[in-house]
Amino acid sequence: MSSSEYTPHPVRLTLGRSLLALLALALWFAVYLQLEPFSRLLSYDLLGLSPKSRSGAALQFFLYDTPKVLMLLALIVYGVGIIRSFFTPEKTRAILAGKSEAVGNVLAALLGIVTPFCSCSAVPLFIGFVTAGVPLGVTFSFLISAPMVNEIALVLLYGLLGWKVAALYLGTGLMVAIVAGWVIGRLGMEQHIESWVMEIRTSAETEPEKLITWEDRFRAGREAVVEIVGKVWIYVIAGIAVGAGIHGYVPEGALAAIMGKGAWWSVPVAVLIGVPMYSNAAGIVPVVHALLEKGAALGTVLAFMMSVIALSLPEMVILRKVLRPTLIAVFVGVVASGIILVGYLFNFII
Amino acid sequence: MDIKVLGPGCAKCSEAEKIMAAAVKEAGAEATIEKISDFQQIAKHGVFSTPAVVIDGQIKCVGKVPSKAEALAWLKK
Repeated sequence: MSSSEYTPHPVRLTLGRSLLALLALALWFAVYLQLEPFSRLLSYDLLGLSPKSRSGAALQFFLYDTPKVLMLLALIVYGVGIIRSFFTPEKTRAILAGKSEAVGNVLAALLGIVTPFCSCSAVPLFIGFVTAGVPLGVTFSFLISAPMVNEIALVLLYGLLGWKVAALYLGTGLMVAIVAGWVIGRLGMEQHIESWVMEIRTSAETEPEKLITWEDRFRAGREAVVEIVGKVWIYVIAGIAVGAGIHGYVPEGALAAIMGKGAWWSVPVAVLIGVPMYSNAAGIVPVVHALLEKGAALGTVLAFMMSVIALSLPEMVILRKVLRPTLIAVFVGVVASGIILVGYLFNFII
Repeated sequence: MDIKVLGPGCAKCSEAEKIMAAAVKEAGAEATIEKISDFQQIAKHGVFSTPAVVIDGQIKCVGKVPSKAEALAWLKK
């Protein structure tokens, strides 16, 4: 990398650049549409496996799903990377400070999707929000939504389980974040924040806005693809391999008795098991896929997924530095209850 | 020069620290690098997305790992 790359010069979206971007997008679609016929050609014609055989079905499933999910992931992560360059935690805080509670909860949950967030930043972010006058409940709406509702979870759900499941997850994930944050706000738990947090001087002055060019935004998109796809591809492949095996070999309905709709206790049990566990979306969606194929009910499985991603033991330990145990218990209790309700709702309506 | 890398200790934070160390070496600058992982200290700098780099009390970047070229540019001034 040369240092000249960083001399700030505003790059406009020229005609040439736009055409290039469109061309790249068209190419992406052309390749994407060929994935299925290509996987059939490879497994059935070139390798000579029968579409009706178990190994044939499993291989074709794997050869189709892997590039499909990885391509979707790359495209979405690139797009989200560019969108995120418009939203910094500083701007999000400025938007949320001084908002009334109900509106604030909704905005916070929505901003949680697009604001860059790393779970290790949860505590500094919590301090930054609360000391700047963002209500406690609104801060929680953000902290619940940011890890749980994200582009990786949505792409994997869409790629492996279809757009309906992805949309349901998006809608109910936001719902849990909004309602749980609102409830925590109503409980008036402010005195359960560690006292040193409130004593920190609020540096209301934000850093001078640096000039961000389109070049920087596109670079942010590219960096996001390299970073995220580079990190999760192994989970995706492993998960799809497991899914392919199940697709070809395991009889349907194997799990129906213990994780099916009929077992009313399966939702709370799934959430209780999921709360201490920690995994990112990339690791959990393939498991979800496998459970569903074996006959587990959608509500039970989504509740499990939400509790694994949204609540985890390491996060509680880290939040203990700013929150007293009562507030942590309330946070876990309210979010877990919300997730259990979502699980029952799905099992009831689908 | 007094360089502080703020971050609770995630992978990105140690990466930021490594890049700053490499940049200092490359520029041959006289600087001390300090890693700050205490939340109270981080918050006192007015930073709430990590990793962040502070040079001589001035916040240079927040919420991302700087590139080496950026780091070198900060050291020059």
